[in-house]
Amino acid sequence: MDRITVADIAKTFQLKPGQTVTVDGLRSNSITVLSGLDLSIRQGEFITLVGPSGSGKSVLLDIVAGLTDATAGTASIDGEAITGPDPRMAYVFQQYALFPWRTALENIEYALEVRGVGRAERRARARHFLSLFGLHGFEDRYPSQLSGGMQQRVAIARALSVEPEVLLMDEPFAALDAQTRDILQSELLRIWERLRTTVIFVTHSIDEAVYLADRVVAITARPGRVKEIIDVDLPRPRAEGLRNSPEFAHLKGRVWNVLRDEVRAAQKDWALSSATH
Amino acid sequence: MTYVLGRSAPVAGKTDFHRPALSAVARLWGSSTVLAGLPLLLALCLLWEVAPRLGWMNPIFFPPLSAVLSALWDLIASGEMARHIGISFERAGLGFLLATVVAIPLGFLMGRYAAFEKATDLLVQTLRNTSQFALLPVFVLLLGIGEASKIAITFYAAVFFLLVNTIVGVKSVDSLLLKAAKSMGTSDWDLFRKVIFPSAIPSIVAGMRLGVKASLFSVIAAEMLAARSGIGFLIQNAQLMLKAADMYAGILVLTFVGLLLNYALVWIERRATHWRADAGDQPH
Repeated sequence: MDRITVADIAKTFQLKPGQTVTVDGLRSNSITVLSGLDLSIRQGEFITLVGPSGSGKSVLLDIVAGLTDATAGTASIDGEAITGPDPRMAYVFQQYALFPWRTALENIEYALEVRGVGRAERRARARHFLSLFGLHGFEDRYPSQLSGGMQQRVAIARALSVEPEVLLMDEPFAALDAQTRDILQSELLRIWERLRTTVIFVTHSIDEAVYLADRVVAITARPGRVKEIIDVDLPRPRAEGLRNSPEFAHLKGRVWNVLRDEVRAAQKDWALSSATH
Repeated sequence: MTYVLGRSAPVAGKTDFHRPALSAVARLWGSSTVLAGLPLLLALCLLWEVAPRLGWMNPIFFPPLSAVLSALWDLIASGEMARHIGISFERAGLGFLLATVVAIPLGFLMGRYAAFEKATDLLVQTLRNTSQFALLPVFVLLLGIGEASKIAITFYAAVFFLLVNTIVGVKSVDSLLLKAAKSMGTSDWDLFRKVIFPSAIPSIVAGMRLGVKASLFSVIAAEMLAARSGIGFLIQNAQLMLKAADMYAGILVLTFVGLLLNYALVWIERRATHWRADAGDQPH
């Protein structure tokens, strides 16, 4: 059964008056970052989105999250059109987005608090999710007192604490060092195996995309649409040693082959990416 | 004044500093500057005592410190000092409170709604650049010589510090936090209460610190010009009556009160921003 359906999505950003960009040799005051994008995501599936910078992966995530409207097309969850933030979904950001004035525990509680969950219950649930990420004993630390890896664990715990049906993750590990990233990937998979939440995970790392996903969705250079979907038929639970296997290397090679031309196209498009970022 | 919220992530492994240790360091640092500064202060006191006694200064206009302290003791013992201080604080406090009540909601609206800010900004900038002292005659003319004109000047002195800092605080809310809060289904009211307000607090509290001082300074000036009570009146009146020792006693008290107030406000500011990584080492 399809949990998330994205049908013929387009997104065009209007620039400020007076601003222009050169798109395909023509001056324009708008940029189309997504065009004709279709994607269906099954319940309980782990999807990774890869594509060159500026291909609109994060914008697609924002549309699914109900944080921005598509210019054309529809995104739906369980067959219902998404018109705004939906309690069935939770979002994890690259820069953690923790409230610096709240402790780790209070940050997790926030998501439950704004949904009107009572104090005792939300505290118990927050503690449960904190310990799920091995953060027992760090309840009362402020984000500024936690490492990047720990901050992101808190952010993921906050997202999962509301027991979402769909977890949206926008390059969540991109700001972390390589070792921490590997550890968090394994932790995420370990917890996902238990919860089986549907995950849409944006990354620019092909290695990460293949390691985590059931299916890797390759997005084209701007305007983004689905170029190819690569099935990752590696066994689960995924062992750390999997990365050394020839199957893993083969899949990475396949994804890279699909993306190579798109990355080249995106590099020619530097004028645009400097305008959108 | 801009505030960047502590988003910089400490490196893994360097994370086990915590608050008690940090504030202990701050306390030690604080007391050691006091200790280090004491000799110079004592030297000044000694000079104050000696200069009039040796005839370097005229003791009628510049009595020795001991005479000033004795006058101070008399003023304290008679209850006169407490009465004047109390009145000055009441005026400054009321004006400041009124400024807070007006500035914070207004600052929220101006910081959050661009159209509202556009419409009000020029007016605020114009008023902000009119000195509260220049307006004292106006306040006296319109509100009379009584309490209202004094409260008005303290209000006017504090309100713009509070307003500007509230606007800055509201505007400096991290847009990522707003996005995250919205993705979690935060209502508009909760967004104000739980996201925008807490993240504006450091800036608002800094504005309060400036505002309290401005209120107090303004009330002193107003009392010197047009009042029959208050610490400003006491100082001015002592000068007119050629009671130089009383005048210096008043000034000393004012300095001491200002110093205490500053430390108290710094303490409050630290408490309000204890979650910031750098809260321990902010300049006073």
